[in-house]
Amino acid sequence: MYTSMHNDSRFGTTPLKDAPLRKDGMEKVRGTARYVADITYPGMLHAVTARTRLPGGTIASITFDDHVPWSEYVVVTARDIPGINAVKMIETDQPVLVETHYRHAGEPVVLIAHPDPQALADALAAVHIDERPYAKPPVFAIEEALRADTRRIAADNVYRDYLMEKGSVMDAEKESCQVFEAEYHTGAQEHLYIEPQGMMARMEGGILTVEGSLQCPYYVHAALMYATGLPEERVRVLQCATGGAFGGKEEYPSHIACHAALVTMKAGGRPVALIYGRGEDMAVTPKRHPSRSRVRLGASRDGRLRFIDIDFVIDGGAYLTLSPVVLSRGVIHAAGPYRCDNVRVRARAVATNHPPFGAFRGFGAPQSIFALEAALDELARMLEMEPDVLRRRNVLAPGDISPAGQRIEGPLDMQRVIGQALEACDYHAKVEAYRQWNAQKGAIRKGIGLATFYHGAGFTGNGELALRSRAGLRVGADGLVEILTSTTEMGQGMQTTLSGIVAEALRIPYEGVAVARPDTRDVPNSGPTVASRTCMVVGAILARAADDLIARLRADAALPSVYGYGEFRDACARLHAAGGVTTIIADYRHPAGNEWDESVFQGSPYASFAWACYVAEVEVDAVTGETRIVDFTAVQEVGRVVHATVAAGQIEGGVVQGIGYALFEDVRFGADGQMANNRITNYIIPTSADIPPIRVLFLESRHGAGPGGAAGIGELPMDGPAPAIINAINAALGTEIRHVPAMPEHILAAMDRRSA
Amino acid sequence: MTIPCRFIVNGSAVSGSFPPMRRLLDVLRGECGLTATKEGCGEGECGSCAVLLDDTLVNSCLVPIADVNGREVTTLEGLPKDDPLFAAFAATGGTQCGICTPGMIMAARALLNDCLRPDLSQTREALSGNLCRCTGYGGIYAAIRTASGQGE
Amino acid sequence: MRWYAPRKLHEALALLTERPDLIPIAGGTDIMVGRDPRACGHDYLSLANVAALRGIRETPAGVAIGALATMTEIGRHPIVCRALPALAASARATGAFAIQNRATLGGNIMNASPAADNAPVLLAYGASVSLMSVARLRHVPYENFHSGYKVTVRRPEEILGEIFVPYAPLGARHYFRKVGTRRAQAISKVGLAALLVGRPGAWERVRFGFSSVAATPILACALAATITGTARGLPDDEGLAEALGRDLAARDDIRSTAEYRRRIALNLVREALAPWRHQGGCDAGQ
Repeated sequence: MYTSMHNDSRFGTTPLKDAPLRKDGMEKVRGTARYVADITYPGMLHAVTARTRLPGGTIASITFDDHVPWSEYVVVTARDIPGINAVKMIETDQPVLVETHYRHAGEPVVLIAHPDPQALADALAAVHIDERPYAKPPVFAIEEALRADTRRIAADNVYRDYLMEKGSVMDAEKESCQVFEAEYHTGAQEHLYIEPQGMMARMEGGILTVEGSLQCPYYVHAALMYATGLPEERVRVLQCATGGAFGGKEEYPSHIACHAALVTMKAGGRPVALIYGRGEDMAVTPKRHPSRSRVRLGASRDGRLRFIDIDFVIDGGAYLTLSPVVLSRGVIHAAGPYRCDNVRVRARAVATNHPPFGAFRGFGAPQSIFALEAALDELARMLEMEPDVLRRRNVLAPGDISPAGQRIEGPLDMQRVIGQALEACDYHAKVEAYRQWNAQKGAIRKGIGLATFYHGAGFTGNGELALRSRAGLRVGADGLVEILTSTTEMGQGMQTTLSGIVAEALRIPYEGVAVARPDTRDVPNSGPTVASRTCMVVGAILARAADDLIARLRADAALPSVYGYGEFRDACARLHAAGGVTTIIADYRHPAGNEWDESVFQGSPYASFAWACYVAEVEVDAVTGETRIVDFTAVQEVGRVVHATVAAGQIEGGVVQGIGYALFEDVRFGADGQMANNRITNYIIPTSADIPPIRVLFLESRHGAGPGGAAGIGELPMDGPAPAIINAINAALGTEIRHVPAMPEHILAAMDRRSA
Repeated sequence: MTIPCRFIVNGSAVSGSFPPMRRLLDVLRGECGLTATKEGCGEGECGSCAVLLDDTLVNSCLVPIADVNGREVTTLEGLPKDDPLFAAFAATGGTQCGICTPGMIMAARALLNDCLRPDLSQTREALSGNLCRCTGYGGIYAAIRTASGQGE
Repeated sequence: MRWYAPRKLHEALALLTERPDLIPIAGGTDIMVGRDPRACGHDYLSLANVAALRGIRETPAGVAIGALATMTEIGRHPIVCRALPALAASARATGAFAIQNRATLGGNIMNASPAADNAPVLLAYGASVSLMSVARLRHVPYENFHSGYKVTVRRPEEILGEIFVPYAPLGARHYFRKVGTRRAQAISKVGLAALLVGRPGAWERVRFGFSSVAATPILACALAATITGTARGLPDDEGLAEALGRDLAARDDIRSTAEYRRRIALNLVREALAPWRHQGGCDAGQ
């Protein structure tokens, strides 16, 4: 039976029935929410993209066949770019449209638009891009990229090379300890948001207006200014209802927006829809970075970690994009939530000829956490210890110093998190029962495995300081409080969570708060909607804006010190009568004492963490190597649950993506370096038939830096499932599987290796 | 070449001349202006475009419009406004990003038309052609349980 | 683009005789996939309205299934479920409900994919198909129906009429298992159906139909001969593997590897032959 225990009273969480309805719920269930593909404008053009086919090279010429009536079409190439031909991101190495040199297959070269979408296929086929390959063969693998004699894509093919070091691994090695060493790999992962990417651009009153499916309105805004050369006030970006993102709409929407903008600018301002089909979306948009980790762990005989030594490399693909920050999050999470005096994590992001890899829920942490957590189980086996005992012996407690040098503050209790998880699934009894079951050597083998981990909320290190986010509240005569933020709703429940935070801070009903549409003309820059930062960072800014609003209402509109909702609305009406609509904007404030030294990776990388212990139970079919997850327990300490249904939905959804990452989701690359299985038929994500009961339990110690002690939770559930599942499979089979996805093919082969 | 087609959508007659292989999905979203029905993959894998054709669940991306001639189509917009599935999906976490939701509700409606009180395994099988990337399906099961009077 | 949608079988046959280039279409669940909606040039013969091609009939010797019978109709049909349970199982394993409501058995085998979900079962049961044209009606054993990758013996002027599936001998073992990566809505990496008469160690008559292990769905004849020709008990793994090696022509593709396909083909055969203890297959004998 399916049980979702997030409303279990034993764990002190708000019962489900008390949770207010999600703000965007009704429009979504009624089908009236407007996604970008649902919008039409009179006279609108439809655009498509002609792309490179070779994995890097130069374009000698572009020719257009005569049989197409080109005068009916709008055709855009790099020459039509009025600003700078680069997509503004961390660096500006990636062209908006390729002019001559390029680095991967699938780069945009020519845009074609026509009023009739039926007229595009023939025209696209009539564009010929004459491509010349580079002399050296393309580079697709991490180790190839690092060799000195292969094609250079970036300097030394290394975008970033980081070192996080604490104590001395070398000294620790000199003392007697048990050493375990192995190499782990994780594959790319496709977001597979069910709504493909798309943008609509038009000129409206001299203002370039772009709306679409996106996470970060101000990223798109900045990219548009850079590529078009238009001033800030002549560029406007709006978000449409967004059908899933998971990091996949953090960065690439800037590309599509620039493309759509270039077409509308060349077409005299006519509206232009540039909507990707599924195959194109999967082939060209970024995916989770593949990784390779070499892990060396030293431990005393009784299982105390003496050193953690990790060499972590991610494949960044052909341009830098967000790889530096994906890498830094991967580094900081690589040594896990463990006490260890001697830690060395060397980490590199390398350049290859794959389309660039990018942001995906977890952002580098799922990769490095997988390696460490899988290695810990193998270390436990070597030490003849139970995996849970090994973790309990080393997990951080208040007062300890983390691998990055951060002092852990109470009152959280990771021992309790582990205890709850093991108790909820009856772990110890199952370990014993499965051992006996497997001794019979039947067709079905059973295993149980766990992972313990934490995930830092907000931008890494000094990122939040640099962002200087702002968010605000607006109130008019009717007393309805509108949240002004560039934070976007993409399904994660941001409207509901932030409305709850503001309603609580203002002491008014949830129904009295609404969220304004993200529109760069109307809302301040609250930073991007990423990094589990919405609740903790933006929520905290809004809570302060709420305090400011109350102060204003008291000072200027005679709001009593104790007030009911009626009095609040009356005060708003008085405020409006005196001065019109009031807008209060608040700024980000950095938590005191959170210093971070990026050069040595030491300090306090995150204001708070969510902590978790996940347990997976599997049945592996020895006939086929197929794995079924039969039960899953996710216990997390998140500081505070703001909205139980939203929070549980984040965990359950993330766990299911993690199950896909562990078992099904195998991005296959073709000879050109692009995703070859770029169809939903061939890239397998979990269906309802593949999903076990998922127990979601929250602990709420109020340790977080967000409103009421909340930490961020959005990415956390992506980190734990893969290692927990692989540990369960290895426990069931006695195998040494060290990569994800672990497809049935790999599992059978691993069983063979074991019997050989 | 186009051919004349007449059919019923959500109780109203539609007639027009269409290329015969034009997808029902495109006619619904285009000519009929009914955009609740979504396109997620265009190959019958994701279920976002699910509608009822003569009360039977189909993926509208795989139905040529010529095949709809003389038949009756129900989209999300055509379900009774008080269908308990609406409130249940909104309340239980059955919707997050919302793009799969219309198709998911149509699949749920087809299930409940067939079976008043489906158990979990029937529900899981009935929804296995509708991909959701956000919820992990738990909120959706809860919605169907609630809408079929099996709530806690 | 032209579209013909006759209601009478004789009209459909006449049209096809006149226009053998017409592409027959039934439920459309294969033809509509990946079709460029802008493509012109093809003319179609829609069979969806031809009532004579519908229905599932019980006969004294077996079940006659109209080419237009859908997966839903087959999967729920009481006689199919009782007498041909492996076929009911394969129909229920073909896509999800929205597909099963449109996909037809005729379409599934005319599409001639080597991964067709129902093909292994039809091979194991020894089905035959009727091919009709204006001039004549002929019956073809299904094991002779696929002549190459995506090619069948249907002549351009012929329409697939019925699929006849004979009843299995009493007490026979019916086995079906489809292996994909996930449990629903997957294209198979290997599908196996088996009909086994006799008992473990003393099989009298066995038929194994496979999908996804060669350019067409295949009947594993060498395997069957090895099993029934072994005087004492079962051939060992090496014997089975050797026989399978003669039947299979597995390849690497986007969905799996040749090695994995060979491996699990053998494992599934062992599972089908073993005393019933397997978990995933359809044990129809019970």
